[in-house]
Amino acid sequence: MVPLSWYVALSSLLFLIGLVGVLIRRNIVIVLLCIEIMLNAVNINFVAFSKYQHVIDAQIFVFFVITVAAAEVAIGLGIIIALFRLKETINIDEFNILKL
Amino acid sequence: MLPYLLIPVLPFVGFLVVGMFWPYFRGKGHWIAVPLIFASFFLSLKAFFDTLNGPSLHFVLYDWIHSGHFDVSISILIDHLTAIMLVMVTAVSALTHLYTVGYMKDDSGYDRFFAYISLFTFSMIMLLMSDNLLELFIFWEAVGFCSYVLIAHWYERKPSWVAANKAFIMNRVGDFGFLLGILLTYTTFGTLTYSEIFAKLPQHLHDTIRVLGAFNGLHASSVITVIALLLFVGAVGKSAQIPLHPWLPDAMEGPTPISALIHAATMVTAGIFMIARLSPIYNASPTALSVVAWTGALTAFVAATIALTQRDIKKIVAYSTMSQLGYMVMACGIGAYGAGIFHLLTHGFFKGLLFLAAGSVIHALAGEQDVFRMGGLGKIMKITFPTMLIGSLALSGIPPFAGFYSKDLILSMAFQDGMIGHVFWVIGVATALMTAFYSFRLIFMVFSGKERFSHDGHHGHAPHESPVVITIPLLCLAALAVVAGWLGERYDIIGYLAQDMTIPHAVGKPELSESALKTISVMAGVVGILIAFVMYGRPSELPQILARMFQPLFRFSQNKWYFDELYDLVFVRPTIFLSRLLWVEVDKGVIDTAVNGVASFCRFGGAAMRRIQTGQIQNYALVMALGLFGMVSLYLLIK
Amino acid sequence: MQLAMFSYFGSAILISALFVLYFRNPIYSAMSLLAMFMHIAGLYVILEAEFLAGVQLLVYAGAILVLYLFVVMLLNVESRGRFIQRQTPIVVGVGILAVVEISLLILRTRFYPELPPIPHPGVETLGNTETIGMVLYTQYLFPFEIASLVLLIALVGAIVLAKGKLKFR
Repeated sequence: MVPLSWYVALSSLLFLIGLVGVLIRRNIVIVLLCIEIMLNAVNINFVAFSKYQHVIDAQIFVFFVITVAAAEVAIGLGIIIALFRLKETINIDEFNILKL
Repeated sequence: MLPYLLIPVLPFVGFLVVGMFWPYFRGKGHWIAVPLIFASFFLSLKAFFDTLNGPSLHFVLYDWIHSGHFDVSISILIDHLTAIMLVMVTAVSALTHLYTVGYMKDDSGYDRFFAYISLFTFSMIMLLMSDNLLELFIFWEAVGFCSYVLIAHWYERKPSWVAANKAFIMNRVGDFGFLLGILLTYTTFGTLTYSEIFAKLPQHLHDTIRVLGAFNGLHASSVITVIALLLFVGAVGKSAQIPLHPWLPDAMEGPTPISALIHAATMVTAGIFMIARLSPIYNASPTALSVVAWTGALTAFVAATIALTQRDIKKIVAYSTMSQLGYMVMACGIGAYGAGIFHLLTHGFFKGLLFLAAGSVIHALAGEQDVFRMGGLGKIMKITFPTMLIGSLALSGIPPFAGFYSKDLILSMAFQDGMIGHVFWVIGVATALMTAFYSFRLIFMVFSGKERFSHDGHHGHAPHESPVVITIPLLCLAALAVVAGWLGERYDIIGYLAQDMTIPHAVGKPELSESALKTISVMAGVVGILIAFVMYGRPSELPQILARMFQPLFRFSQNKWYFDELYDLVFVRPTIFLSRLLWVEVDKGVIDTAVNGVASFCRFGGAAMRRIQTGQIQNYALVMALGLFGMVSLYLLIK
Repeated sequence: MQLAMFSYFGSAILISALFVLYFRNPIYSAMSLLAMFMHIAGLYVILEAEFLAGVQLLVYAGAILVLYLFVVMLLNVESRGRFIQRQTPIVVGVGILAVVEISLLILRTRFYPELPPIPHPGVETLGNTETIGMVLYTQYLFPFEIASLVLLIALVGAIVLAKGKLKFR
């Protein structure tokens, strides 16, 4: 039997990969993809604990996370399209109007 | 009640109407102010006759402050002292108003001037009518304010506003003491109303207070003495006694009617009035009385010596005012309140007369004030000359003019006051001699001898007698200066005033008879006049010779005993130095540096921190991640 | 057997995730992500969460990723210049620090041993999907409805944002 800690380690590493991707990639679409990676890392944790603790509620939470992820993608891509219309670019470092 | 209430209200109405609409009067302000003040005068006369043999009148207009045990009302109190003062004040004020019509003609501030002298008259009347110390203090300050704005009437001229500031600041010093005295009165007696204070006086005769208690001073003083002395500080300021006197001569920068009304006849006598009003308090403190007497005697003497050598016609009269005020204060100090008030009244008439006459002379010579540039005016000014002569005779104490009765009364009261009284008497007689001398020096310089003025300086026409609105007040005042003393003597003004005041000291047996004393004081006056005649009555080198012989004394007198220089050195320069020090070192050096330091810290800090705000969302996310893992490392390190 | 499965799916997940970061072209990244989603679904299967595995495939691979691909193709931007940010060295440093920290945390943490199977026959007999359905529509009915509302709002929001200038008046 695989110990629970291995799943935790796996999800942690996946989460870190997603985080690093968010922090280093310049393409805003990839950044959004990396956020999906991070959400999936969390989901793995949920499911693993659900199996090992016999708690079905954790899987319900995964369900909700997927829902929120779908919503987030819809909104995020909408924002990207709006931004692209505004700036003709999808490079995240060119959107620095927060400075003003 | 209404007629008495109208006495102060009428001038106040004059002030309101003229004061609020003065730009619209265009030199017609006197049509409002003058009739009102004359009406006020006649009502004062009515009040005087109503109280002549009856009880004093007392009305409470309204309760002003009613807080715990602290009750102050705005009241009208007309007793014998107030009534006779009212007559003098409104009479001089009314005549001065009339005089102003001629004197201030064509002045740009003509209507404003009327507004302020009406306000002054109102304040002075209310001061006289007040029945408690707080009401007195308010109008005490109000007359001070009027004095300030009227001295600075020609505010475009620097000497005017400098003199106004000087008068105001010096009076603040005195009023500070006065206010402390009022506060101590309240804490001691629990009331500020005169009658209640006097009623409670016997209970507090032996109360003591440690004046320097805050500094661990152990010396306990009689609280009555402290109150009396603090209140006297206010009188010293207001009545121009040494050491708070230098503002009065400088106040002559104001228009002459002001000098006559405020700085000779009325406001400056408020201090003497206050002492007389509070005579029971002073009677309870022999220490305070002797301080009052010495201050008065010193002032009388010093002012007379200064007046000997002055050249400015108004300054001479001003110093003589100061000297006479010293007489009155001295009279109060030896307990002769009645004599002091009597002299105050006669002085109000003849000194008002002298000032107005001096103003007439100045008017005739188009602003010339130096007596050495006058002369020979007696031939031209056929009304001013005799009236001023009457005023000077009255001032010199020559019978039968007013000054003789009152001044002689003070001197004989002083003489009867024991050994110290003899000293006061000697000072008084010496002062009387000097008074006669400088008064007639002025008369001879101005009205006799050669004409030393230049004709071309006066708009191309010769000096002339003043118009009738100026000469009528002169004639009225001259008449009063002749008869006031005789009337006072004839109708026993001392006995009349004694109904309100108690004379403390038992009158001792005079070692010299009454007539001998009178003869001596009259002789002093006559001798003074003779000396003046010898030196100035005809062309003579004597004044120059004497000035050269007594060079140091002459300079000392001409420079007014160096009071101004002394104050400049002791108070003004250190204050300016300290202010400059605080400005340059503390304000600019410390406070500005601190404030600017905060500002520049924020600026440079902001400039440095600005680099952090890149607008790059990933930078912010990195910082978040750093924070997260930083906290985790902290957790790992601690755990 | 289970260990081998876990090793395969785990390594495949990590490698495909790294490929998402590695590819310059968003299409390739999206394809790597698809691989990752599928392997995660496999992981769910060995964790006996068959329903979620199905949802993972349908929603993520079927819907979300397609949406990504649509957008990428719609925008069709040539990516020029560098494709990673200047702060990469710092991020890598933070990443290494994080790996060390997480390993320390996991090593220090004492996980519960696997609980024995619940001796409840009723639950045991039900499959994963049925169990979820039971719980979702009873205990979590209200959050479920809220989730549907979230999706609705996201739908409207996406339309508003993507359509650009709407004429509200």
